Amino acid sequence: MSNSADTIVANTAAPASAGVVSASGGPLRALQGVRWGDYLGVAPFLIFAVMFLILPTAWLVIGAFQANDGSFTLQNIADLGTPQILNSFWISIRVSVASALLGAAAGLIIALAVIRGKLPEGIRSTVMTFSGVASQFAGIPLAFAFIATLGRLGLLTVGLKLVGIDIYRAGFNLLSFWGLTLTYCYFQIPLMILIIAPAIDGLKKEWSEAAATLGATPTQFWRYVGLPVLWPNLLGTLSLLFANAFGAIATAYALTGSSLNIVPILLYAQIRGDVLNNPGLGAALAVGMIVIAALANVVYLIIRTRAERWLK
Amino acid sequence: MKSAKLWSWVIFAIGVLYFLGPLLATVQFSLSIRRTGYSLDAYTNVLQSPVFQQTFLYSLTVGIAAIIVGLVIVVPAAYFVRLRAPQLRPIIEFVTLLPLIIPPIILVFGYIRLYNSSSILPLTNTDIGTNILLTLAYVALALPYMYRAVDTGLRTIDVQTLTEAANILGANTPTILLRVIFPNIIVAVLSGAFLTLAIVIGEFTMASLLNRQAFGVYMQNVGANRAFEPAALAVISFVITWAAMGAIQLLARFAPKTQRI
Repeated sequence: MSNSADTIVANTAAPASAGVVSASGGPLRALQGVRWGDYLGVAPFLIFAVMFLILPTAWLVIGAFQANDGSFTLQNIADLGTPQILNSFWISIRVSVASALLGAAAGLIIALAVIRGKLPEGIRSTVMTFSGVASQFAGIPLAFAFIATLGRLGLLTVGLKLVGIDIYRAGFNLLSFWGLTLTYCYFQIPLMILIIAPAIDGLKKEWSEAAATLGATPTQFWRYVGLPVLWPNLLGTLSLLFANAFGAIATAYALTGSSLNIVPILLYAQIRGDVLNNPGLGAALAVGMIVIAALANVVYLIIRTRAERWLK
Repeated sequence: MKSAKLWSWVIFAIGVLYFLGPLLATVQFSLSIRRTGYSLDAYTNVLQSPVFQQTFLYSLTVGIAAIIVGLVIVVPAAYFVRLRAPQLRPIIEFVTLLPLIIPPIILVFGYIRLYNSSSILPLTNTDIGTNILLTLAYVALALPYMYRAVDTGLRTIDVQTLTEAANILGANTPTILLRVIFPNIIVAVLSGAFLTLAIVIGEFTMASLLNRQAFGVYMQNVGANRAFEPAALAVISFVITWAAMGAIQLLARFAPKTQRI
């Protein structure tokens, strides 16, 4: 397919990229399969990727293994073992897991209800559009919205108090683990709906009809057909949601200030004011986050590759 | 089957409560700045504040700059990968996934370490340098969405035929990209642009750590010091996000397609 284009390009003298190729000749082209002019087109992208994605990250990884005088050390990594830092990782992981699980479960149920629940036509597209908006509605404004809803003076808090339920006296606090989890669900659920909807569309109507013809109850259909087919997608999306929550900072920061000890907020404080009094430790903290986020995403990529075989 | 339909409605209703509840509460809260009755005072306070106007304009400018830089980087790469170098696709696609894997706070931390005043490329030394750095940071943030949008756009047109036709007419590669390919994928490009804008306009972490007076930083400040104005800001942000995403949906209807024979 690229041959015909090559001949044409080579036959017209004008193209800048073609000039380089006809000068450098055929063997190189056969060897590389990519012509030098094409590298020129991809070059800005690759240079950008190296300078603003790969090098900065690599720099931090190197910094995590460097002492103040530049010599190699494992001390920074070992220093991550303080109760404060370990605790922050533990809270971050718990919030991310909880919001990913809740978000995935709720998102799946809503997506199933909307797509396969025989609801009126317009609802599906409305839900998908709204999900697109809500999944991007994160950060500072989301925190404001939840403060206005479930903060001490929030509409829901005050409204429930009027009917005799004081959620704050009952132990709820927006600036806590559950408060943050509930807030994160506001972008996790829509993200789940957006990602899982195509997979649910992949469940063919004929399958449930076939199952029903063979005498299966709806429960049996989901237990033995529906969920097993969706499973790889579900697991994959879970890890994506996990990473999504794990790296988020703005919502938590606007919600709790620095009162909730999660890793990104700790790292933020460290970059701002060097609270841990050790630049190497900041880098180590960053590496800890990269490792956890990367693990989650590697799981996602592996599972997605497998899932794609199923849903062709 | 009747009960299944009922359950669908119940689930849908609970979802509506969870998602519309905070929005309604925010609107109600933003209107209650006076002790008696509703008023739009919180909105006028916000919209008339010079800091709001400056920071919003700043974030908008950086966002638009990021879109332009992003396009200059992404369009040629996506075009060449699709047309002539499909073997580079896995590398390029992996790179576009990186910003989803590496949290923004890590990226900006790396930038601060790598481009600080004592480095080879001391971008953070000057105001303009830091602005450029923030722009490029946003390009990185939007890269996955921008690349996907452009690549989807390229898939709907016949890149091969268009390129051959332009070549026969004597166009060189930059001309083909700018005057043939780009106009044909303008709808996809615009949806990538709006998505970028929605992500970037209220961004907090990167702007704050680079000490830029951006809209997200201003919002955080207001949140720490005021009671009702944050709710107004949240409503304004939601409307902006909605407008950006709505624009994408609208654009999708006008997407041109070339017929393959």
